[in-house]
Amino acid sequence: MIDVDQLRVRFGDNEVVKGVSFQVPAGDSFGIVGESGSGKSTVLRALSGLNNAWTGHIAINGEAVGPRRDRAFFRKVQMVFQDPYGSLHPRQTIDRILSEPLLVHGIGEIERRIERALAEVALPAAVRFRYPHQLSGGQRQRVAIARALIAEPEVLLLDEPTSALDVSVQAEILNLLADLREQRKLTYILVSHNLAVVAHLCPRVGVMIGGQMVEQLSADDLRGGHTRHPHTAELRSLSVGLEEVP
Amino acid sequence: MLVDIQNLRIAFETRTSVFEAVRGVSLNIGTEKLGIVGESGSGKSLTARALMRLLPTNARVTADRLTFDGVDILKADERAMLRIRGKRAGFILQDPKYSLNPVMTIGRQVTEAWRTHKGGGRKEAKEAAIDLLAQVRIREPRRVYDLYPHEVSGGMGQRIMIAMMLAPDPQLLIADEPTSALDATVQAEILRLMEDLVSQRGMGLLLISHDLPLVSHFCDRVAVMYAGRVVEELAAGDLSKAQHPYTRGLLNCLPSLIHPKPRLPVLNRDEAWLKS
Ligand SMILES: Nc1ncnc2c1ncn2[C@@H]1O[C@H](COP(=O)(O)OP(=O)(O)O)[C@@H](O)[C@H]1O
Ligand SMILES: Nc1ncnc2c1ncn2[C@@H]1O[C@H](COP(=O)(O)OP(=O)(O)O)[C@@H](O)[C@H]1O
Ligand SMILES: [Mg+2]
Ligand SMILES: [Mg+2]
Repeated sequence: MIDVDQLRVRFGDNEVVKGVSFQVPAGDSFGIVGESGSGKSTVLRALSGLNNAWTGHIAINGEAVGPRRDRAFFRKVQMVFQDPYGSLHPRQTIDRILSEPLLVHGIGEIERRIERALAEVALPAAVRFRYPHQLSGGQRQRVAIARALIAEPEVLLLDEPTSALDVSVQAEILNLLADLREQRKLTYILVSHNLAVVAHLCPRVGVMIGGQMVEQLSADDLRGGHTRHPHTAELRSLSVGLEEVP
Repeated sequence: MLVDIQNLRIAFETRTSVFEAVRGVSLNIGTEKLGIVGESGSGKSLTARALMRLLPTNARVTADRLTFDGVDILKADERAMLRIRGKRAGFILQDPKYSLNPVMTIGRQVTEAWRTHKGGGRKEAKEAAIDLLAQVRIREPRRVYDLYPHEVSGGMGQRIMIAMMLAPDPQLLIADEPTSALDATVQAEILRLMEDLVSQRGMGLLLISHDLPLVSHFCDRVAVMYAGRVVEELAAGDLSKAQHPYTRGLLNCLPSLIHPKPRLPVLNRDEAWLKS
């Protein structure tokens, strides 16, 4: 479904993604882990069409996509960011924020779809006429997910979607993402620095360091410590070390 | 007892309402490492700031007792407070970017921090500063001495902040989410560094974080805050024996690498937790 081959991204003289390749079958979820600056977000931004200064090959559903994307692409592929506050227009009501993708793609039944989208992410209907600053961080991230889903995409690109949230809210959002994937047969790529979060949602994981994806392994192998690259082992042992509650 | 807090209350008043953000917190800190955990908005930062009298001007503070090494914080004059802040207690915040002066070299900032408290000549202060940089395990202290804050990483910036806080030999280090902006590898190094320095120098540490497992690894005791109160206080080693449903909920809702959970338990907040 998603095929990335030898993806390279540079900013000026600085190559920050250095030939990354991976595949994600339809309905599957792929996780990308790595420390800050390793190039995770840059990979997602190239995939989502937010950055078009890349080389290599990207195909979705067997169809090669170029640096410039058409409207049909944006209906199929949507992105959710770490900071829902920064990604939601502060002066627009939730109603307006959710209507926009429908208007852009010429999708009808706006009323019914907004009601359904809010229900689907478990937000009360009253939220509809509020502004982002009147919601909690968790509610804002639910709005961002509702907006990403409202035009019925096939692929969600998730960049640290729970990193800014309290752990109790993180649990709710991760459960929501798992349920939506099941109901809608969605394909996910999830970027996070948190290995437990990634392994929870993604059966396969890629590990990045310095712009390279140095290892791809199953979540089970990551859990079990069957790693090949020393950086994977290092990240794993830090994560495991903190997990053990005394 | 280094810090004695009894029934601390912090409220914000507007024309129409009063919001009590901290509602009767009691804590003691000796020469030990105390962690405060809780979700955002639970009152962790306000509690720490009250101790340094660094609260927003619209905050109304009351307490049955609020003392630092015997000094009554509620009554102390500004001169006494200056002796406490940055001298007898060091305060380390999440992002060193906002605490370091961007137009002054790192060396000069550490040197000045030293001279302010210890006096002495320039040469002596410079050597002391380089020694402090080495103590926070900066590998090439002489090279780093001449750099500007924007030329170093976040982890290095945090080490420099710690070095500056150590200059006056404080009795207490207060660290409010000191590693939340750092990567896991760097986070572990910084916390281990603070842990070592605090034990070597016989200081107290107040570590504030939203990360319960993390805090329990680096502290002796953990106070769990919920909605402006301490709902449970435990020895860090007894975390798995936590009684309060909020503490247990915080632990259960975490995804785990070693123990996969098909679905994450969510926190069902009980009205009764607000009353304690
Ligand atoms: N717009 C940009 N201009 C210049 N450099 C950038 C830009 N975006 C990212 N970078 C650099 O690319 C590298 C990878 O960044 P990023 O993909 O954001 O990493 P991650 O998401 O893994 O933390 C970093 O060194 C970052 O500074
Ligand atoms: N200057 C202020 N005016 C009004 N409310 C405030 C102010 N500062 C903090 N608060 C409120 O006090 C509560 C506790 O804040 P804080 O101690 O910063 O929480 P934490 O550090 O646990 O995230 C929050 O609900 C916050 O909104
Ligand atoms: Mg990123
Ligand atoms: Mg805080």
